[in-house]
Amino acid sequence: MKPKTAGKTMTGAGILWECIEREGVKDVFGYPGGAILPAYDALKHSKIHHILVRHEQGATHMADGYARAGGKVGVAVATSGPGATNMVTGIATAMLDSSPIVCITGQVGSKLIGSDAFQETDITGVTLPITKHNYLVTHANEVARTIREAFYVAKSGRPGPVLVDITKDAQQTSAEFDWDAAKPQLPGYRPDLSPEQKEYEQALDLIHKSKRPVILAGHGIIISGAMQEVRDFAERAGIPVALTLLGIGAFPAAHPLNLGMMGMHGEAWVNHTIQEADLLLAFGMRFDDRVTGNLKTYAPNAKKIHIEIDPAEINKNVKVDVPLVGDLREVLHELLPHVESIDRSEWLDLIDKLKGDSAVRDIQNLPDSGHLYAAHVINDLWRETRDGDTVIVTDVGQHQMWEAQYYKHEKARSLITSGGLGTMGFALPAAIGAKVARPEAEVWVVVGDGGFQMTLCELATIVQEKLKVNIAIINNGFLGMVRQWQEFFYERNYAATPLLNPDFAKLAEAYGIRSMTVTERSQVVPSVRSAREHDGPVLINFKVEQEDTVYPMVAAGASLHEMIRRPSKIVETAADE
Amino acid sequence: MMNTFVVYVENKPGVLTRVASLFRRRAFNIDSLTVGRTEKPEVSRMTITAEADHDQARRIEANLYKLVNVLLVENITHEPSIVRDLAMIKVAATHEARSHVLELASVFRARVVDVAPDSLTIEITGAEDKIDGLLEVLRPYGVLEMVRTGIVAMRRGKNTISPATAINGELEIAEDDVSQSV
Repeated sequence: MKPKTAGKTMTGAGILWECIEREGVKDVFGYPGGAILPAYDALKHSKIHHILVRHEQGATHMADGYARAGGKVGVAVATSGPGATNMVTGIATAMLDSSPIVCITGQVGSKLIGSDAFQETDITGVTLPITKHNYLVTHANEVARTIREAFYVAKSGRPGPVLVDITKDAQQTSAEFDWDAAKPQLPGYRPDLSPEQKEYEQALDLIHKSKRPVILAGHGIIISGAMQEVRDFAERAGIPVALTLLGIGAFPAAHPLNLGMMGMHGEAWVNHTIQEADLLLAFGMRFDDRVTGNLKTYAPNAKKIHIEIDPAEINKNVKVDVPLVGDLREVLHELLPHVESIDRSEWLDLIDKLKGDSAVRDIQNLPDSGHLYAAHVINDLWRETRDGDTVIVTDVGQHQMWEAQYYKHEKARSLITSGGLGTMGFALPAAIGAKVARPEAEVWVVVGDGGFQMTLCELATIVQEKLKVNIAIINNGFLGMVRQWQEFFYERNYAATPLLNPDFAKLAEAYGIRSMTVTERSQVVPSVRSAREHDGPVLINFKVEQEDTVYPMVAAGASLHEMIRRPSKIVETAADE
Repeated sequence: MMNTFVVYVENKPGVLTRVASLFRRRAFNIDSLTVGRTEKPEVSRMTITAEADHDQARRIEANLYKLVNVLLVENITHEPSIVRDLAMIKVAATHEARSHVLELASVFRARVVDVAPDSLTIEITGAEDKIDGLLEVLRPYGVLEMVRTGIVAMRRGKNTISPATAINGELEIAEDDVSQSV
């Protein structure tokens, strides 16, 4: 217990750090500048560890990675104007993936607001549509309540980013600090909804009548901490589980009821299963266009039950039969005792047949012909790191989809990736945040050569903070996913997708990071082992096949079952997992 | 169809922007928005009308609730309610036309609030279609200028949506307690 500080007079800057500390935060990610300098000066009185980033976008992704890996609120700090606007991409990323972060920005003095002062930007205006909520603080006596509210709003209900813009004078001037008196006052905020009894009964009725049900497992399971409940539910009712990209890890990959990822690059049998189903149980997912394909033909014969904490998601994309609005874990607790155990072996056998017809994981069986495929790299990385407490942080593009297909995640918070916004440049900084949140975990960045170059300045942050983060660049010399779209839909006109890259190994060495370049499959495992054994950060430049393609693929707007499949089918062997 | 929402919000800077921005962001078009004080200084009341089907209207409501500063949202489209718009219409009224314009205004129970040598300004309060009706018959004389407030709306009878209920939680409405149109 902290001693009571009622009546103590402190500067706004001092109150800021005191409150952040009391919220349980030990590390913040930031970059100083004029309007936030009073706060930086006050850091010397705080136990908080500040991690100096190289670009404010990095700070937001780090806070995001910290939140997703550690299940707690991440904090990013920046100055006014350009410092604040550099945060925009990271805030939007956290918004679309419901990640709880609090961004603190300095603002010009309150008397200068509106005068186009040096480094003045209306950042609350700019971030209004991409934050869950934001604040402008102009008095030291508003700091404590605002920070408490910001943390509460960020982490409760459907989590999201909250920005607090604090004027320079609000940081410099003093106010009485009283933690208890600064309780959040949010009369309009209701994060704690729960379904009605009638809705539970309707849901149970649909579940018990269904012969071909599928659970669609989303990010909400991980946020709600409902992994065990989902597992109990699936096992008791005998219902198979399909995962969204952000749902990966919410249900163990090795579980017999696990189907794998659904959607645009989901495994073919998963998409077919959804199309054949008579009941979809959506658990903390939002029917994103990347998982539904064409809505008109989506799961045409299925009733839908949607368990979701955000009422605004109900009937947004897909019309549902029974909405259960509330915290997933609590809702499943209510449902579980009433769920009857039903033999669904007929349905599961049918899915097995669909599975037999598919060969999404075919590429790992390609003979070692001197070519290096990204799938080889990811599959080998999985074999080597599967037993540990490993966190894979990916960027966006082909490598991200291959990771989702070839790395089998058994645990929640073991894959961190930008799903909703699809932010290139996310991986490296987010991995730093993940490592800071979970220092004991083995953290790997899996990143394309395009996305890596968007935020590679954060290599310096890794070195300065002495963080053991391993980086696997899946280097194909192209903006691979864009190139793939050009291949399929733009007559192979590779406009602006070939990349002229630096020597990534030399680049890493310039930062003092050990590096390797790998061009053959036989070198993959040794390089991964060597990286794991080294006690500092390691970068491996995997030079993979240049024009490889992610299969299967549901073209944008196509029906979920209309997938572009790999032209030459290769049958899986028993030796492959 | 046109939906009418009564929205209680915290009276804080930027709340109007948050509400307006929400409609723009979710691609709903505001037909009319009015905002004003309530009997509690910390609470403002908005009346918003927007074109939306049943499902869209429900999502507008849910999205409004996601705004932290929004206290209470009521879709009163299908509720017995009083809906009023106020307009001031400046009509060209030369000597010969003046008496005709005055007559029309009186038929519509509108008031003349300004008289100038070449014009009359008429104030009218009522449902939107009543104002549209007056406007229609005045147009031949020459409408020089017009301003409308946008609609304000309130449920009839004892079904009270007050700032106090907005702050203290759920609204309780007795379904049979509805007064007649007057």
